[in-house]
Amino acid sequence: MKVRMTVNGVPYEDEVEPRLLLVQYIRGMLGLTGTNIGCDTSSCGSCTVLFGGESVKSCTLLAVQGEGAEITTIEGLALPDGRLHPVQRAFRENHGLQCGFCTPGMVMAAVSLLNENPHPSAREVREGLEGNLCRCTGYHNIVEAVLAAARSEDLS
Amino acid sequence: MIPARFDYRRAGSVGEAVALLSEFPGAKLLAGGHSLLPLMRLRLAVPSLLIDIGPVSGLSYVRDEGDHLSVGALTRHRDLELSEVVRREAPVLSYAAGQVGDPQVRHRGTIGGSLAHGDPASDLPAVVLALDGTLVAEGPAGPREIPATDFFCGFLETAIGPDEVLTEVRLPKARGGWSFQKFNRRAQDWATVGVVAVAGDGRGTGPFRVALVNMGLTPLRAAAVEEAAAGGAGPAEAASRAAEGTEPPSDLNATAEFRRHLASVLVRRALEEAMAGERTVA
Repeated sequence: MKVRMTVNGVPYEDEVEPRLLLVQYIRGMLGLTGTNIGCDTSSCGSCTVLFGGESVKSCTLLAVQGEGAEITTIEGLALPDGRLHPVQRAFRENHGLQCGFCTPGMVMAAVSLLNENPHPSAREVREGLEGNLCRCTGYHNIVEAVLAAARSEDLS
Repeated sequence: MIPARFDYRRAGSVGEAVALLSEFPGAKLLAGGHSLLPLMRLRLAVPSLLIDIGPVSGLSYVRDEGDHLSVGALTRHRDLELSEVVRREAPVLSYAAGQVGDPQVRHRGTIGGSLAHGDPASDLPAVVLALDGTLVAEGPAGPREIPATDFFCGFLETAIGPDEVLTEVRLPKARGGWSFQKFNRRAQDWATVGVVAVAGDGRGTGPFRVALVNMGLTPLRAAAVEEAAAGGAGPAEAASRAAEGTEPPSDLNATAEFRRHLASVLVRRALEEAMAGERTVA
């Protein structure tokens, strides 16, 4: 089955099996391994990417469902000159990660959350990230990072 | 986990989906996929063909039809959360849609998919029961209406025929008192038990319709509670009958006995909140 989609601004066209999951397409065929596979059961959120600008769990979509879609992965957030996205910068500055495994998914979920609600309360951040698990339980600084990103003036 | 092999076709219209369903027994419809794909990955569902109705245009909408709302089957949970019409005319639906799963799930999952899946632990089937909705299914002979009370037939079984597509949900307006209570152990879990209560006349404060999540093989109306409340019983007295006629499961999260107790607690809270009168979604 042929599938065409744009990932991080680059158009792709590939022949895939219908049962190929979007996360496997992104990692295995496109080589974008920043998106992690965690629980593999739509629970942990580590495979979160943006689908048309909204957060989705890429382990729970078929690659063929991405036909015509605009996908953004963690690799697509920073500017081409290497400058980090404000959410990435806020995670670094606020130590919003420990082991780092959940981080790409957390960052993508946070970007989606701030698109929908640019000035969330701490409670709204916690609720907005309910689909993402951090097994280091480093939630405190993750929430701090998202709040800091919301305060930063250059949030695009 | 990768699903077992299947064939995949995109349907461009409801008619095309109906034709494919008629042609291929063993096919399943794919909408948002957030109930079906997890089952397929666990090999609990092994359809030979997936008919993707995601590309069907014109099935995502909320229309104000005067006394009721018409909601397209492909309307996502996130759309219900945000819809000004739903927030105004059926606030319990907007609120409950915002409690489904997590944001990522709500960006993909659809009301039609949730209803067609028929999971007694899902939130929206109980909401549609409590709102006394009507579902529209379209097959080779055209569309037909199914009252929500006749829709849920058994565990993950609905009244939709094998060659029918659920296209629309019609919901009487319910601007009066309402409540949605969901008890779960972790943020994104299904409800251990959930309760929906709405003022039945759609405007005032009664009589109340009450539906239960995860208290049997299907989503249920709490008939004994409704009867008691209509007879003048207060929330606590009516709620003491919450488990009548239910057969709650025992599983890793809760025993049946705990669920029966929880149902009475949550029904009492739901009635107290709904009887306090109308309110907007925060």
